[in-house]
Amino acid sequence: MSITYLEAIREAQAKLLRDDDRVFIYGQDVGGTFGGAFKATKGLATEFPGRVLNTPISEDAIVGTAIGAAMQGMRPIVEMQFADFSSVALNQILNNAGTHYWRTGVPVPITVRLPSGGTKGSGPFHSQSMESLYAHYPGLIVMTPATVEDAYTMLIEAVAIDDPVVYCEHKYLYYHLKADKLPDKGLPTGRARIAREGRDLTVVSYSAMTQESLAAAEELAREGLEVEVVDLRTVKPLDTDTVLASVARTGRLLCVGESFPWGGTNAEVIARVTSQGFHLLDAAPRRLNAKDTPIPYHPNLWSAHRPNAKNIVAKARALLRE
Amino acid sequence: MLQTAQQTAKLKRKKRAPASLGEAAADKTAPPHERFLEAFRWMLLARTLEEKLVSLYRGGQITGGVYIGKGQEAVSVACGLFLEKGDIFAPLIRDQAGRSAFGEPLVDVTRTYLGSRLGPMRGRDGNIHRGHPRDNELAMISHLGAMVSVTVGTLMAKRFRGEKDFVGLTCIGEGGMQTGAFHEGMNIAAVEQAPLVVVATNNHYAYSTANDREFACDDLVERAIGYGFEGYNLDGTDLAACLDVIGGAVKRARAGRPPQLVVASVLRLSGHGEHDDASYVSEEMKRQAFARDCVKVAEQTIIESNLLDQDTLAEWRKDAVAQVDDAVATAQKEAVPEADKEDWCALSTRDLVDHTEENE
Repeated sequence: MSITYLEAIREAQAKLLRDDDRVFIYGQDVGGTFGGAFKATKGLATEFPGRVLNTPISEDAIVGTAIGAAMQGMRPIVEMQFADFSSVALNQILNNAGTHYWRTGVPVPITVRLPSGGTKGSGPFHSQSMESLYAHYPGLIVMTPATVEDAYTMLIEAVAIDDPVVYCEHKYLYYHLKADKLPDKGLPTGRARIAREGRDLTVVSYSAMTQESLAAAEELAREGLEVEVVDLRTVKPLDTDTVLASVARTGRLLCVGESFPWGGTNAEVIARVTSQGFHLLDAAPRRLNAKDTPIPYHPNLWSAHRPNAKNIVAKARALLRE
Repeated sequence: MLQTAQQTAKLKRKKRAPASLGEAAADKTAPPHERFLEAFRWMLLARTLEEKLVSLYRGGQITGGVYIGKGQEAVSVACGLFLEKGDIFAPLIRDQAGRSAFGEPLVDVTRTYLGSRLGPMRGRDGNIHRGHPRDNELAMISHLGAMVSVTVGTLMAKRFRGEKDFVGLTCIGEGGMQTGAFHEGMNIAAVEQAPLVVVATNNHYAYSTANDREFACDDLVERAIGYGFEGYNLDGTDLAACLDVIGGAVKRARAGRPPQLVVASVLRLSGHGEHDDASYVSEEMKRQAFARDCVKVAEQTIIESNLLDQDTLAEWRKDAVAQVDDAVATAQKEAVPEADKEDWCALSTRDLVDHTEENE
């Protein structure tokens, strides 16, 4: 038996609905026999009548409604059809959910699922990676699972957490990534994972970029270069300790993320490593992001816009020569 | 088209003329006069409190803004008065009277304005952004319209749990009615058939911007049809009408009618905040019928109908002043937050806090 990243997300939601009366799913096209634009909720509306609900195209009100329900003890899961559209709900996520515990002492346990990142042909408005934007604001936890196993256990964990969680699931991994079976338990939330051990260079990555980084590490291994790949798993909280420990072993750091370059997760990792572990570095830390333009439609442009195994290899080689 | 025209006609029939005192029997549990007097007493308390807040602000004792509901007390008190235990109230910035009638202690207000560590917001948020979400009084954010859908969500949770006979009431102004969030919230309320009352007060100014640059429809209440709400107009200077119309809307929402929109007309009898002298409000505007002071109008009704004697009125005033002075004195004695003792933690899940140098 094999299970995909997308099926893991569906299975996690099925388990959550089965195990916890407080859970309901709210979003565009998630209900009925349709089961979501990517089928992440396929069959769930039938299995759990009245708990998987279609909504109008009203991202602000979808999240607002989830916030209100969470205040009253529910555990809503919101599906944004595409991460890009969550920009319409920014106010509710950042200013309402993100501030509520700090202001009132009452946490808002919502989980907002963001189908994130690029697939070819999706263009500027169906390809974005929003994790760095959400991580910038206080009061939110931002998850970026890179494996089928994490997609499953982290979504279950997200709903269990009393605070708002932005769960960034990568659309490219939906069908490309497969596992034999689903685990009962994953690493604790907030803990990074060493996805591959190596002594020459630390590559810090998350979400789909972990897979690209692992492919790059495989290629570099043929040249005798040993790359350690750190999978952040959650970009907020950021597991600085695991990153620093890895840099202590390798002396070199390359950060790879799919979001836009200005500020962001890569910049944050580099800032922390340089301020807390400057003495560990044998070379200036580097980063690889998407380009600072809107995300292009045509596959020729798109594949050059985001980091991939090929340009990670090139960047890593250059850094290893320094 | 035909259906729309019919619905419009139906809506127009529903518009209420200001009701006389005798018709103000929105809640059968209290005779109209008693309900009217109870409401008036909350209005008096709100007015007294807010006058005190203004004076403290002018004396430099309040940091940040002061936002008062002068001229909107009749609408606001009716919003708080008909809600029962288990109901949800999401007030906005000019709802002191409604908050008090709903059960918010006066000391919450003075603690929040004066930054007491013991207040509901503990110095973390100020003035009108306060609330007690656990007691169903939601804490508004400044972004207008956002609380409509949040209120819908609280009602859905109650429905999921199988509760019955509950309502939610949220307040908005004609300024907030022009936001996208308001539109989305109204639509989703109707889609979910939430037992919701939205009380919109057109106080004729969004900060300094008058109605002619806020919206272009003839009558805001006509939007009710478009949203799938039932809509009612209201003279917000007439307490009896406020009790009648808002009380009726609460009752209908509780009974399972579609969501209710009430649009009340008043003039904001203050600046947007106390930093604002409202010099942009014309004299002509101040002569309009909707510019009447609802507290004075209600008091006149009380005197003319002989509902209270002058001594009792004077007693009520004195009592309001005493309650306000007490709440101010309590808050003034209390400790304010201290930065080095603050718990700088925006998450309830403490082991998931991100450790930055700034927060250490």
